[in-house]
Amino acid sequence: MKKLAIAPALRDGLIEEMRRDKNVFCMGEDISIPGGWGGVFTVTLGLEEEFRDQLIDTPIAEAGSIGLGIGAALAGLRPVLDMQYSDFLFLAMDQIINHAAKLRYMSGGTLSVPLLIRAPVGATGRGAQHAQNMERFFTGVPGLKVLCPATAYDAKGLLKAAIRDDNPVVMFEHKLLYGSKGIGAATGEVDASSEIPDEDFIVPIGKGIIRRPGGDVTIVATLLMMHLALAAARELASQGIEAEVIDPRTLAPFDWPLLEQSVEKTSRLIIVEEGPKTGGWGAEVAASLGERMMECLTAPIQRVASPDIPVPFAPELENAYRPNVRQIIQAAESLVALG
Amino acid sequence: MPYSTADLLEFHRRMLLIRKVEERLSQLFLEGTIPGTLHQSLGQEAVAVGVCSALRETDVITSTHRPHGHALAKGVSLPSFIAELLGKSSGCCKGRGGSMHVGDITKGMLPSIAIVGGGIPIATGVALAFKRRREDHVAVSFSGDGSVAEGIFHEAVNMGAIWDLPVLYVIENNRYAASTHYSRNTKLEQLSGLSAAYGIPGVTIDGNDVLEVYETAQTAVERARAGQGPTIIEAMTYRITGHNRRDPCNYMPEDERDQALEQEPVKRFEEVLLRDGHAEASLLAAMQTELESEIEAVIETALAAPAPDPEEAFRYVYAEPVES
Repeated sequence: MKKLAIAPALRDGLIEEMRRDKNVFCMGEDISIPGGWGGVFTVTLGLEEEFRDQLIDTPIAEAGSIGLGIGAALAGLRPVLDMQYSDFLFLAMDQIINHAAKLRYMSGGTLSVPLLIRAPVGATGRGAQHAQNMERFFTGVPGLKVLCPATAYDAKGLLKAAIRDDNPVVMFEHKLLYGSKGIGAATGEVDASSEIPDEDFIVPIGKGIIRRPGGDVTIVATLLMMHLALAAARELASQGIEAEVIDPRTLAPFDWPLLEQSVEKTSRLIIVEEGPKTGGWGAEVAASLGERMMECLTAPIQRVASPDIPVPFAPELENAYRPNVRQIIQAAESLVALG
Repeated sequence: MPYSTADLLEFHRRMLLIRKVEERLSQLFLEGTIPGTLHQSLGQEAVAVGVCSALRETDVITSTHRPHGHALAKGVSLPSFIAELLGKSSGCCKGRGGSMHVGDITKGMLPSIAIVGGGIPIATGVALAFKRRREDHVAVSFSGDGSVAEGIFHEAVNMGAIWDLPVLYVIENNRYAASTHYSRNTKLEQLSGLSAAYGIPGVTIDGNDVLEVYETAQTAVERARAGQGPTIIEAMTYRITGHNRRDPCNYMPEDERDQALEQEPVKRFEEVLLRDGHAEASLLAAMQTELESEIEAVIETALAAPAPDPEEAFRYVYAEPVES
């Protein structure tokens, strides 16, 4: 066992998978330039010597790179695409949604697209175009899997599972959780490091986890928001409210049984999401749960999410955008007060 | 290049198969037997046959929303092709694809990509895989003249060029992007001039001359197999039917159409075969009759096949079943 932050845990995961299977390779901008950064968040730092043949530095061409990744995956390789910032995925939406997600279906099941796209999300002082939470745009796309690891253990385990998966997968990583050093270091970081086993392991795609058990209210949250939900739960406990924190870990497929069991027990649900409230993945969770479990709920489902605005730059404005612990506590208090 | 009579007749047979299939599809569509829409390749047969005749089964092509000719030229079986257009489970994509997505990877054709330009990076990525595995296969991206105005064309061809990937970019210039003449979409007189932007060879050829297409493709394929990178081939041709089956083509000048019909590849090649004594008219007529009866038999079988079970719609979304 060793304790690692997310960036080095992902690096170890890539090393192990590239050693295990020579069909695995990484593609992206600035990922293995000698004297460079090892990717903007240093995940591939120092890999260029051992894996010279398995790292491809691409031009700035997101749609093209992902398209090449799709072609390589169709031909039997297992590409891992590094997106620098998830906002750049918009440049490649046609390739991801129209091609990667649909080619298996269009081929009548004769082809598969084992492609992993890694994409950093989250408001981190970079303004409107390098800070969005893109999960919402991918969760309702048949054919895609969407991962959101909140801890280093899950990051490594889900990365390895995704590389071995035969489907196109988008993994969102939060910039404030990486624990990157040097050029990738971020201010306002939250510790997401974990004890990582020495032996090979994966985290199965589609299985959520109860981060903290509790009987009074269920809080479902991913990535950075999962850590804020835990902080809120600790404070709520001091007031005698026991919150159960559910981390779905993957948004597609979603671990509905885990969430349903929790809501059956607590009869109250709060969804915490970084990103505009309208049309977020939280809206889908609320609608689905409402459809299936209305009779179990003793209070309306609450969403704690960002306001419907672009991500602002000034720290004071950004703080007003990012959901916080206080809002989660207030949501829980208001639900419990309803009886 | 010396050709045997058998070779020349085979080029003709392949083009004639596409021509006769397209003609019959047109009827089936107009009588309402084929669902959806239909983008036909009548008049462009020489590009498909010329290029694909220079390929092996293990070479891989991507095609477009107008893929019938490419599919038949690359060897997708006629029964599975027809069944796909009719929406049957016995189709090459099990009824998931239809006219715009025909393909069969066992014959070296990915499902056709019906987003303009969308297949160009995918073909390039297949070529990347070939190069990484040190296989001497090549990939071919077919796209139309409209595709060069897409941003993805630039991204993909640039990467194919900088990494010397074994890929051919075949731009099938049929003059019209839907209803818009290519001269309204580019300042270039020849789209092969784009190759200068990528530092790779580019040629413009008579895409209605099947032998010129074949020989050009062969040179580019040899270059690609030898690790020397991609080639842009602009094949000048003409779409002698509408963009789709319902298009009356009022935007095509009459003299342009008349001239194009004079130059259409099947009739032209037939004239060459007769002129140079490779075949008697009776032999060519017999070939056509044989193809027509093969096509009829295939259509009959496909029409008789049962429609897919609606439950089937849920299969093949993911590589393994996902619990809901």
